[in-house]
Amino acid sequence: MNALRRHRELERIWGPRPGWRGMLTTVNNNDIGLMFLIVAATFFSIAGVLAMLIRAQLATPESVFVGPEVFNQLFTMHGTIMMFLFAIPLFEGLTIYLLPKMLGTRDLAFPRLSAFGFWCYLFGGSLLIFSMVAGIAPNSGWFMYPPLSSTLGTPGINSDFWLLGITFVEISAISAAVEIVVTILLYRAAGMSLDKMPIFAWYMLIVAVMILTAFPPMILGSILLELERAFGMPFFQVEHGGDSLLWLHLFWLFGHPEVYIIFLPAAGVVSTVLPVMARTTLLGYGWLVAAVAALGVLSFGLWVHHMFTTGIPHMGLAFFSAASTLVAVPTGLQIFAWIGTIWKGRPEMHLPMRWILGFFATFVIGGLTGVMIAMVPFNFQSHDTYFIVAHFHYVLVGGFVFPMIAGIYYWLPHFTGRKRFFRIGETAFWLVFIGFHGTFLLLHWAGLLGMRRRIDHVDAGSGWEGINLISSVGGFVMAMGFALIIIDIGVNVAVASRGPRNPWKAGTLEWAMPAPSGAYNMASIPTVRSRDPLHDDPDLPLRIARGEGYLGTPPASGLRETMMVEMSSGRPSHKIIFPGNSAMPITMAVVTGGLFMGMLLKWYWLVPLSALGVIGMAVWWAWGLGSRRDEGLQDVGNGLALPPGTQSVNPPGWWGSLFTLLADGVMFGSLLFGYAFLFTLAPNWPPPEWLRPEQRDLMLWLGGAVLAFGGIRLADGALRREGTPWPGLLIGLAGLAGLGAAALSVLRGTTHDGHAYEATLWVLGGYVLFHVAVALIMMAFLCVRESFGYLSALRIGEARVVRLWSDYAVAVALLGLGAAWLPGLAP
Amino acid sequence: MVATVTPLALAGCEERLSTVHPAGPAADAIAVLWWVMLIGAAAIFALVAVLLVMAFRRSEEHPGAEADARHERIWIKAMGLGFTLTVLAALTVWGIYIGERLLPRPGPEVVSVGATGAQWTWRFTYADAPGRQTEGVLHIPAGRPVDVGIESADVIHSFWVPRLAGKLDAVPGHTNVLRIQADAPGDYAGLSAEFSGPGYTGHRFTVRAHDEAGWDAFLRGEG
Repeated sequence: MNALRRHRELERIWGPRPGWRGMLTTVNNNDIGLMFLIVAATFFSIAGVLAMLIRAQLATPESVFVGPEVFNQLFTMHGTIMMFLFAIPLFEGLTIYLLPKMLGTRDLAFPRLSAFGFWCYLFGGSLLIFSMVAGIAPNSGWFMYPPLSSTLGTPGINSDFWLLGITFVEISAISAAVEIVVTILLYRAAGMSLDKMPIFAWYMLIVAVMILTAFPPMILGSILLELERAFGMPFFQVEHGGDSLLWLHLFWLFGHPEVYIIFLPAAGVVSTVLPVMARTTLLGYGWLVAAVAALGVLSFGLWVHHMFTTGIPHMGLAFFSAASTLVAVPTGLQIFAWIGTIWKGRPEMHLPMRWILGFFATFVIGGLTGVMIAMVPFNFQSHDTYFIVAHFHYVLVGGFVFPMIAGIYYWLPHFTGRKRFFRIGETAFWLVFIGFHGTFLLLHWAGLLGMRRRIDHVDAGSGWEGINLISSVGGFVMAMGFALIIIDIGVNVAVASRGPRNPWKAGTLEWAMPAPSGAYNMASIPTVRSRDPLHDDPDLPLRIARGEGYLGTPPASGLRETMMVEMSSGRPSHKIIFPGNSAMPITMAVVTGGLFMGMLLKWYWLVPLSALGVIGMAVWWAWGLGSRRDEGLQDVGNGLALPPGTQSVNPPGWWGSLFTLLADGVMFGSLLFGYAFLFTLAPNWPPPEWLRPEQRDLMLWLGGAVLAFGGIRLADGALRREGTPWPGLLIGLAGLAGLGAAALSVLRGTTHDGHAYEATLWVLGGYVLFHVAVALIMMAFLCVRESFGYLSALRIGEARVVRLWSDYAVAVALLGLGAAWLPGLAP
Repeated sequence: MVATVTPLALAGCEERLSTVHPAGPAADAIAVLWWVMLIGAAAIFALVAVLLVMAFRRSEEHPGAEADARHERIWIKAMGLGFTLTVLAALTVWGIYIGERLLPRPGPEVVSVGATGAQWTWRFTYADAPGRQTEGVLHIPAGRPVDVGIESADVIHSFWVPRLAGKLDAVPGHTNVLRIQADAPGDYAGLSAEFSGPGYTGHRFTVRAHDEAGWDAFLRGEG
């Protein structure tokens, strides 16, 4: 088979269906990645227009261009869209598109999940845009502090759009994160051990784990606030034992890591692009991985620096101030590693390099002002002023947008297969760079002169009128620059001439394929021996196209074949079949949307209905996986034969579950934190009375836990010995039912809208009940699968997945119900 | 020092709300911190800029493992770790030291007042004149430390008099205590500095610092 025929065959197998149906049913990472990028760019343009409206209002003193009501919606939506609908989806899109190529594999670990995530993102984001068009957009600021954002300050529907729309969108962040982690750990080229991964993969691995640990507190916060708004559960109402500070903690537990979640992918782009532009290798690969990991950990220890002015005890202030400056060390280390990389190379001034230099100039200033505001006394003065506005625009635009544009121009020849044609890009760079500093540099000073953020007009005689006019002019210059970039990219996609493959002479695998790449990414899966495989072997692209790697023969079955590797060594371990195009992801997203629409419109009957739909879809989704017979080793080419993925003890689905449960566990931990926080720090505690469990409930609780814990182990063990799993499964089901009954007793013993204590118990009980129900459904599913012959001593993976979820349900039932009953049991 | 630098930096600007025109010890200490940090930040920024420009004007003579090790020593260990850690540690210690000085410590001179933020007004009470309440204007004696107990009647607000001290939030259900002091009698502009809905921009108040006689008169109900 020659390279062209191989290409056609693989394209037929991996490509989308023809026509518009293809877009709705595609699960291919190239399509999904591009769709993410295009939608994120659209949201960026919308939020950019909002920014222009804000600057128009503030350009002249006493302006009556918009009133306070509209202005509050404008800045709330500008921040919300930029953070949730632009920044995160943009790097997710780029990663979804590039990651399989850089790792030398054919697609992401869970193709249907990426598609599902995309549709959740699009639908959730559209909800927010709709609210804006209808004039009922969220209006209490992007961090939504209650009681202002709750029914007290915002009785209308505005806040609900934020809480529900953003939570809907977060599904895509979580699913993309699970996807990215599992792909990096299990799907790589043969021989790509962890230390030979492209540095970008390390950045994204750490970012993805950070998403899984940072987003759940905010998702929990949004759920609690929505429950308060919809059903009067008083988590944040001080007179009923709630505390608005709980929201601040949950929000910033997310909000601070979020800043690094946005910065690190861009830093990963810099670490990838800069060495190529400097014609050398990255200085200190291992140091950078360590620094990024350190950032990942440290960024969770400084959320309180957003709350210095809320009355934190002063020892706390000192601790969080020190932690906030400490985080500048790994950031500084990266900056100096990059400068050192340029020193040791021979830098060339291409357009991506220009943007990276723009990044240095801007981000360093943002980092320095960041250290300033980590100093508590200075924070007391600058907090909530335009000094902060200027600071975080330097960090986010300088540290995220500029490197991302560098990345887009760097990979543009890869996306389009063309050479850049006009020189619009250079003009656009200068417009954006000068416009940006014109907009924001002097605003630092306006902040020090007392200009608060979020004021809806500038007073005459305030002393900031001149600065604001300059800022508005700068803002419009910058907007022209961004418009030119979008035009430039459009022009280059459409009309530029064919360019050479790998124009930058880069060493990483994404350049080892034709541009634009085929849907299958790798015509055959190569073996790599270093971090720059294309520098070791310039003929590698040819060899890959000729099918000299693994899986070079497209199967007649038309199945999407790829290969899983051992996590650390990168040795091929299993042959995997990926699912094909399907309408399931978009249907699932629509049904999931029913949950959110039901809450939003207060059509509460729709919520359980949609939940049933989601369960049904999930069962259908999972049913198509697996195999009903044991298979032998299968040839993957080059004399290697591998077992099929269905016979893996810990299949990708197990790893995916593990990382989903990591996020879930953080959410549960945040819930326990919230409970402890209200218990110890909120005014108006203790509640009128504590819930006391009856002996029957305690027995159901402990007995259920023992049975559920033992049952699934019995079933797992029996399956491995080729015995019958039925006794174990039935014991497990009984145990879970007992746990469910125990959790129900908590709900029965309390009223949801009494004291915040009771409301918290409802959520704890509901959380346990939910997970017990999930485990029950999974265990029942396993029973059916056993009857249909999907399980055997070799095909143990599904049982292992269920065991994980069942164990998790047992753990949260023990901890959650234990915490709920503890005050009532204490003497 | 602050007194000499500031007029040069912003001749002609309105300074009613300016944190860099301090009129009390807390704001003064923070303004000094700001100017020192600005100079330090400018120096570090210049250093980075020079290093970048130099990087473009040279090329590695003898690339290889030995050069890589040397670069790693210079850039990662000396600059990335050594330099950043030293600068940040020094700054943090100083920042914490200043922070300690701003704390509301008890003393015989201290005056206690209460401030309650509401949408969109401020009400003030006085420990030395029980039952006395003012709205929109907080009266204090000049030259004496004043502890403001800050509370909220509805949503989160923030009490801020830029020329006297930093800000502290009014959180429902909690009382936060902020130490302020005005060195000289006069009116000082105050702001609410936490977004609170449509009336936020106009959510202001005034701090009126009296001389000794004026303060006595105010306490007697004549102010």
